[in-house]
Amino acid sequence: MRVVVLTKPVPDTSGDESFEADLTLDRASLAPVINPNDEYALEAALRLAETMPGTEITLLTMAPAESWAGLSKGLAVGANQAVMVTDPALEGSCIVGTANVLAAALRKLEFDLILAGTDTPDGRAGVVCSAVAALLQIPFISHAGSIDVRDDRVVVSRTRDDGHETLDAPLPAVVAVTQQIGDLRYPNLRGIMAARSRRPTSWSLADLDVAGAAGGAAATTATLHVEPCEIRTPTRVVRGDADAAVHEIVAFLADRRLIP
Amino acid sequence: MNKTVWVIADVSEGGLVSSSPGVATLARELAGDGAAGIIVAANATGAAAELATYVPHIILGRVPADEYFTPSAVAPFIARLVRERRPDYLLVPGTPTGRELAGALSALLQWGVLANATGVSLDERLVVRSVVFRTDLNVRSAFTSDHGIVTVQPHAVGPSVAAVTGDVEEIDVPAAERTSLVRRSELVREEAPAPVEGARVVVAGGAGVGSREAWAVVESLAAVLDGAVGASRPAVDNGWAPYSQQIGQTGKIVRPDLYIALGISGEVQHRVGMRMSKTVVVVDKDPDAPFARFADLFVHADLAEIVPPLIEQLRIAREKGGQS
Repeated sequence: MRVVVLTKPVPDTSGDESFEADLTLDRASLAPVINPNDEYALEAALRLAETMPGTEITLLTMAPAESWAGLSKGLAVGANQAVMVTDPALEGSCIVGTANVLAAALRKLEFDLILAGTDTPDGRAGVVCSAVAALLQIPFISHAGSIDVRDDRVVVSRTRDDGHETLDAPLPAVVAVTQQIGDLRYPNLRGIMAARSRRPTSWSLADLDVAGAAGGAAATTATLHVEPCEIRTPTRVVRGDADAAVHEIVAFLADRRLIP
Repeated sequence: MNKTVWVIADVSEGGLVSSSPGVATLARELAGDGAAGIIVAANATGAAAELATYVPHIILGRVPADEYFTPSAVAPFIARLVRERRPDYLLVPGTPTGRELAGALSALLQWGVLANATGVSLDERLVVRSVVFRTDLNVRSAFTSDHGIVTVQPHAVGPSVAAVTGDVEEIDVPAAERTSLVRRSELVREEAPAPVEGARVVVAGGAGVGSREAWAVVESLAAVLDGAVGASRPAVDNGWAPYSQQIGQTGKIVRPDLYIALGISGEVQHRVGMRMSKTVVVVDKDPDAPFARFADLFVHADLAEIVPPLIEQLRIAREKGGQS
């Protein structure tokens, strides 16, 4: 089984972000980490590899070269190799452009299964995976809680608001996973040391045969304006005696007619 | 010239999903007579009729009832309709179904996507308002061409029916445009808690609740306020609440009149899901929690000391209210 895990370096949301003069996010101001949801995709791949000997896991990312430091953790926990599509012209790529580039890179790679996180904490669009599947003309299943492979089909369980369901699709396929995959593994010291010396295979735009627009110059969307959100009314803080606090909450809710 | 804006509605088992009417209303407000609604589903005549109360024209793509279709599987049909009839913009609800469809259509049409719109305006061009990355920054964005796809944050726009009900055009989706390779082998329905989406009151618990046993107070407080039970991601990861109740970036987006958070610090990933709530009350024992600067009322206290008597006092207040 050849599994490709799409990993996106995202700004560590515990930091403070800033915007460039052109209103794109100043990613240099934030230490990149692997999209937390993509880590579940990698975890799902590692679990498949445990049950299917000979499984090879490739990390694929489109990112500035300097974000590699945040992605090498993927090799440290057990991915076999990494491919980075990195090119100054890709800065400012839009969603469609990103999908076009990832699809072109995937056409160059051999794969049976493509896994990724359902969405990312920075863009939060959650649309790139289904775009990639549509470009490659292969099946797509979102919100996977668990993944199995049987008889050349990927079998996915996922929850619905009113229960749960099991879906399956022929390989190759794209599957987007959620946190329900389960606990992540952490790299051990030996893995970290081994990953430290390894570098990803690096492709530029010129190495790919991209169908459709790619890169910042061809972006389909543009940011016009960024401003702080309207401030909510200042917080009333209550502390101290429990009885008094309870009384204050009840009075507050009654005052706003929120008690049925 | 008037623009045309299509809303691609999200349906389940024949009924419109709750976020669709708001997005349909938005399409009509933007485009007037140029608004249309698209539904692709089996047995969706009722949903189409409901959508027609919001927009002047509906296209209902019919698929066989005995087959399973993912949103991606019917995207080629919608893409072909778009190429033939040339709407300017597509709006889809920012639900899992809508997001999947937006991605597939952006690939097939090579149209841009602006995600998680909290508001949209259309003059010379379409401008999308959203909250990006951190909840304290508003962003306005636009497409660089005359076309694009917008995913609209659920419940960002309230529904309002049109003066005149629209007409419904039914089309059979050709077999070549519904090539679903995804099969469904099992569907199990379970008794689900009250949905958080659309609830007027949401009582959500987080890691600070502490244990599965202690989680009962979250449910009791929700019950006394006739509210739905929500949860932060750590609470769902701990197994105290099902994933369907998760509020935040990877969960549901809610906009209740009252949002009560118990033992939730209010990190950005959570606030994304509830920042549009009208009134926010938080009980947490960390005085430096982000919610201490965001809530309308922040109670710095131990849940175990506050919530049981609060439930009791609210019960008494309800009884008194009922007598008067």
